Amino acid sequence: MPTTKQLLSSVEVARFTAQGFLRLDGVVPREMNEEALGLFAAGAPPAVPYGTPVPVAFPEGSFARRLLGLPSVAGALESLVGPDPAVDHHFVHTRPPHEGSAQPLHADALIDVRADAFDVQLMYYPQEVTAGMGGTLVVPGSHLRRTNESDTGRYQNLRGQTRLTCPAGTVLLLHHGIWHGGRRNDSDTVRHMYKIRFNPTVPQVRLWDTRDVDSPAVREELRRTFPWYEQATARLEIHNRILLWRSLSADPGFDIDHWATRITNRPAAPAAQRSTA
Amino acid sequence: MTTTRQQVLVLYLDTSALDSKVVGWARYDGTGTTRPTTGDSDEPPYETGTAALEDGWRLFQASPLVPPYPGAEHATSFLKHEFFFEKLVRQ
Repeated sequence: MPTTKQLLSSVEVARFTAQGFLRLDGVVPREMNEEALGLFAAGAPPAVPYGTPVPVAFPEGSFARRLLGLPSVAGALESLVGPDPAVDHHFVHTRPPHEGSAQPLHADALIDVRADAFDVQLMYYPQEVTAGMGGTLVVPGSHLRRTNESDTGRYQNLRGQTRLTCPAGTVLLLHHGIWHGGRRNDSDTVRHMYKIRFNPTVPQVRLWDTRDVDSPAVREELRRTFPWYEQATARLEIHNRILLWRSLSADPGFDIDHWATRITNRPAAPAAQRSTA
Repeated sequence: MTTTRQQVLVLYLDTSALDSKVVGWARYDGTGTTRPTTGDSDEPPYETGTAALEDGWRLFQASPLVPPYPGAEHATSFLKHEFFFEKLVRQ
């Protein structure tokens, strides 16, 4: 296993900007997954005060600290929220076998209207999640919508939704605004998911490996639409991503198909014309 | 004694036109014989709103077209094109 921290590429951060989550399949070693299942079965870990630095919340050698120290997890997290994020809160979600209800589709916390910052939620799955176990439902590209908590509960299914199935040791990193929900567990197996929310403590600007920031693939990621977008609203989503990418990449002129540039165009009149007006 | 129960289908469409494609859906069953829930299917029950009419669902509500609030023209939020259908089932 590599030990060097693995920062994300620009293309990967653009993908996160477009879809609102990033999936790291099977990155946690088997021994840690087995350890986690034992820990989680014993009960939820003690709560951590909001805004606690990672080293204080999770002492050296603790399971959470080792999880966050895995090179791929550490690199992805630093690429999105920067070094030394604060732990907002953490929790173990457990779904017993044949647990009959699904969470309504929701976004966590209050409507968050920050246009130039975001929190990241880590979701860790210590065991294989099959379709019957009802993993997390995630709606790609929903994170920039302004809705409050479970007001989206009426929506049961959306085209292109992701009904998570994954190998043991998978980690999801999600934008705080993503629409998601725990699905009904129809299996005979107890399902665990460990969530940690992080607040950035530095400006979220060029925190990743930016060597490919001018790659055409960045634009391709940012212009992606999802099957549940209505025709007209899809353009607004891309517009809003352009604004976020301008902030993340410190490139105020970044655009796709001239959309943000066109609707902010205010040509200055020539000086001579102004003086005779 | 025979009674009548309502089954409700909610379709979210691509545009405000009833014959545009389904992008989201939800079902509620007043007969209590099924328990539709969040994340229980990946394929919509119909491809368009009119396909639901053709299958006997009765449309009873469509979202009005509301202009964006000034200053919020680029904000995205709830799905806009919501259509409610019903079927009445005798039990």
